[in-house]
Amino acid sequence: MSRLAVRKTYKLFIGGAFPRSESGRSFVVTDAKGGFVANAARASRKDARDAVVAARKAFPGWSGATAYNRGQILYRVAEMLEGRRAQFAEELGTGKKAALEAVDATVDRLVWYAGWSDKITAVLGTANPVAGPYFNLSSPEPTGVVAIAAPDDPLLGLVSVVAPAVVTGNTCVVIASQRSPLAAITLAEVLATSDLPGGVVNVLTGHQRELAPSLAGHMDVNALDLTGVADAELAVECEQAAAANLKRVLRPAPEDWTADPGTRRMAALLETKTVWHPLGV
Amino acid sequence: MTTSLADVASSGATLRAFLHGLPGVDRVGADQRAAMLSTRSIKTTAKARAIDLAISMVDLTTLEGADTPGKVRAMCAKALRPGEDAPQVAAVCVYPDLVAVAAEAVAGSGVKVASVATAFPSGRSSLEVKVADTALAVAAGADEIDMVIDRGAFLSGDLMKVHDEIVAVKAACGAAHLKVILETGELASYDNVRRASWLAMLAGADFIKTSTGKVSPAATLPVTLIMLEAVRDFRERTGRQVGVKPAGGIRTTKDAIKHLVLVNETCGDDWLSPDWFRLGASSLLNDLLMQRQKLATGRYAGPDYFTLD
Amino acid sequence: MAVFEYAPAPESRDVVDIRPSYGLFVDGEFVDGAGPSFKTVNPATEETLAEVACAAEADVDRAVRAAGKAFGPWSALPGAERAKYLFRIARLIQERSRELAVLETLDNGKPIRESRDVDLPLVAAHFFYYAGWADKLAHAGFGPDPRPVGVAAQVIPWNFPLLMLAWKIAPALACGNTVVLKPAETTPLTALAFADICVQAGLPAGVVNIVTGAGATGAALVAHPEVGKVAFTGSTEVGRQIARTVAGTGKKLTLELGGKAANIVFDDAALDQAVEGIVNGIFFNQGHVCCAGSRLLVQESVEEELLAALKRRLGTLRLGDPLDKNTDIGAINSAEQLARIRSLTEAGEQEGAERWSPACELPANGYWFPPTLFTRVAQSHRIAREEIFGPVLSVLTFRTEAEAVEKANNTPYGLSAGIWTEKGSRILMMADRLRAGVVWANTFNRFDPASPFGGYKESGYGREGGIAGLEAYLDV
Repeated sequence: MSRLAVRKTYKLFIGGAFPRSESGRSFVVTDAKGGFVANAARASRKDARDAVVAARKAFPGWSGATAYNRGQILYRVAEMLEGRRAQFAEELGTGKKAALEAVDATVDRLVWYAGWSDKITAVLGTANPVAGPYFNLSSPEPTGVVAIAAPDDPLLGLVSVVAPAVVTGNTCVVIASQRSPLAAITLAEVLATSDLPGGVVNVLTGHQRELAPSLAGHMDVNALDLTGVADAELAVECEQAAAANLKRVLRPAPEDWTADPGTRRMAALLETKTVWHPLGV
Repeated sequence: MTTSLADVASSGATLRAFLHGLPGVDRVGADQRAAMLSTRSIKTTAKARAIDLAISMVDLTTLEGADTPGKVRAMCAKALRPGEDAPQVAAVCVYPDLVAVAAEAVAGSGVKVASVATAFPSGRSSLEVKVADTALAVAAGADEIDMVIDRGAFLSGDLMKVHDEIVAVKAACGAAHLKVILETGELASYDNVRRASWLAMLAGADFIKTSTGKVSPAATLPVTLIMLEAVRDFRERTGRQVGVKPAGGIRTTKDAIKHLVLVNETCGDDWLSPDWFRLGASSLLNDLLMQRQKLATGRYAGPDYFTLD
Repeated sequence: MAVFEYAPAPESRDVVDIRPSYGLFVDGEFVDGAGPSFKTVNPATEETLAEVACAAEADVDRAVRAAGKAFGPWSALPGAERAKYLFRIARLIQERSRELAVLETLDNGKPIRESRDVDLPLVAAHFFYYAGWADKLAHAGFGPDPRPVGVAAQVIPWNFPLLMLAWKIAPALACGNTVVLKPAETTPLTALAFADICVQAGLPAGVVNIVTGAGATGAALVAHPEVGKVAFTGSTEVGRQIARTVAGTGKKLTLELGGKAANIVFDDAALDQAVEGIVNGIFFNQGHVCCAGSRLLVQESVEEELLAALKRRLGTLRLGDPLDKNTDIGAINSAEQLARIRSLTEAGEQEGAERWSPACELPANGYWFPPTLFTRVAQSHRIAREEIFGPVLSVLTFRTEAEAVEKANNTPYGLSAGIWTEKGSRILMMADRLRAGVVWANTFNRFDPASPFGGYKESGYGREGGIAGLEAYLDV
């Protein structure tokens, strides 16, 4: 006799906790054939605001942590993910071989970004030879709270947009793929057990159409990554809303998630701070 | 607001604590302020006024091993009557053994006799010798004594020694005014220039002076600026006004006017007189006279039209 | 009468030859504009300097097309050849620096001492700096062969007219773009003189186009579909509009906007230099500086001493004829700006701050505002929140480092900040925590072409200067 499985309730991930949507809403997630998989929480605008508050609260600690520490934590996330390889492969539901490859690529991507934490400053920073008796140094700094609309590639795509945001010290609110949101919540379980401080990554599941414009117009969000917005009109609407507080905007563009990501995504979410000091006694 | 600084010099520790508690000086910022002020454009009537003011502030100086009574008398003659209706200089400045010659030459004119003393220029002798050197010059008729501080003691941190020597020399001066030479070219930092300025003022200096003229760099604009800030702040704190004398390296009218601009914009009118600001120089005077004549006649002169004394 | 009064020392106007009227510079020629021409005035006297053409939409279109046509050959030139054009321009600017400085002062109202000693040397330096990059782009960290974007639409403000032009045009051309630049309505003359320099340099027609006009001209330029890149320096309000316009077009955008910088003075600061830094921070260029240190945050323990020193120092500022070589504070650039400064300072008084200015006689004609200091300012006052863009300093106090950081960062802006302390570890801690693109420690308002400049938050995005300044003009 087969045992009846204990199913998981898919909730949101905000401030390190897993709340249901305050709205009490959910939406049906189906598999490729249209069969019922689960009810995911359908986050509201209020949930999005709560997530921004959590991300803002986590920002000083996370951006102030040493780069080594951030790298260690991201590497820890990779370790935890590796340990749940089979679970993720099953949840992706794309055929075993392809799914395992996707999980492996995701782990490798995390490892790759983890290693960037204490190198990106040296690559993007500059010592500037000004024409005067001054020490002058430019270094990259995280821009702050980043709102991300994740692409539909449920795991590799998701990690490929979240990791470059947070490895440099940003915190984020990510809207999971509307079509395939479950891996994002399972990833949140990994994050929650990887020493990542609560609030550094916040995951919302729900309707992109509802959540993205709300985050795009939020005045306490510093940058907006629209990579996962396939609807061109929605992307324009979000970019326009982002102008309200001059958010840095990463526009949607076709991406090959298996390609070498380069430093572009990290650089796009960094500020350059230049410090001057006189030389002389 | 004036406060007593009586206890500051009660021990080396309190003196050090006080001097190191003064606000620091940022070199680049001070250099920039001085450079900015040196772009002031002083033309026409302002220039004429500045030239006469500068002449009246000159301590006409000869401090050579080869100085003779004849050379000193010639310089004194120039001090009394620098040129056609030009004002007298403030003082003549000589070595102690030539004070009597100078005093006789300028007697009754209002031109003061200043003498360097205290084992000038190095200051490397005993306090007894320094005091005796001072007493000699005063006895010979010096109105003003330009002493040097012990830079070695200052740099090694023996601030009390520097202080006590100034006090002792001041006592030996009697009625004569005491100018204390900091020899800023040997003090290494602008912070030290500020500290040495305060130290000299606390010990009783009537004037603080940049340099002996024997060390390079001598008077620079930023150093004069820092010393002017020190006398300004000292008066604010104690109510007592102290004069400033940049000396060494001031050769042209342009240099002199730049210094006057510093005085004007740092301390203001109260210091713009020979009682409170002097320019220690020798060749400067002829350049001032040449520029003065150019302003009056509209023609540029040459060195042959001014006496070499 | 003061013992030592400075006689007037005016710089000669003879070095400039202002034409009665100016056209637009399109495709290498001066042409008429279809819009209603406007006057540019000397803000120090209200004298009309020249009649300037206004570019209507069709004129803008012509200029963008000219730039588009020039883009192919210009971007195909070897970098070393483009570099030589830029070096030529730099030299021509040096050769004509006196003329350009006087012209800038006449049109803008800034003191000749500043246009001569700050603006013009930096303008030339900027062209020299980016000239050197033109043939080294492969080494800049943007890949082996970074490509230009195309036609750059550049809209610049009136506070540093020629310098902002240099910041925009030099990197754009070095990277192989062509440009259409719109100078500010009130200060078009040095940009038009620059057009003449392009002619003297033999720059190919259409590589640089200058369209004069007001907001509508700028809006048409930014919205033009054949523009690949928009660069704007100006107010945050207009920056927002531009960001909205550009949304969805795929145009590359950099914005250098407003600021409300905190200049933070600790009780161990080098006081005399801090006073100079405060003065330079807010009274440089009449406070018409986006990165001006308009909020003085002073540690309570040294407030009284610092304010006394600051007030004494303000008493020596010389306000008047901008062409006089001894003038420290020139004219406010326009009647409109003067009205804004007045309205905000009135609000400051009404909201309870205490206003102080040194004794200061304002000229009868022209637009003038005395150096002004507000004490008893609260964070909530408008003069502590809004950019005044004038010679007005708001003084606030703090007790601890944490409070200083909190107050300094408590603004939607994030362009610059100042720190004054003799303690090295405190400088580094403060510099780390201040959310601003440029942090000046024990100095203020220093600029250099090798040093990136630009803001956090609502002060805009993108950097100008240094390697970082290339990114805006490369397709990366």
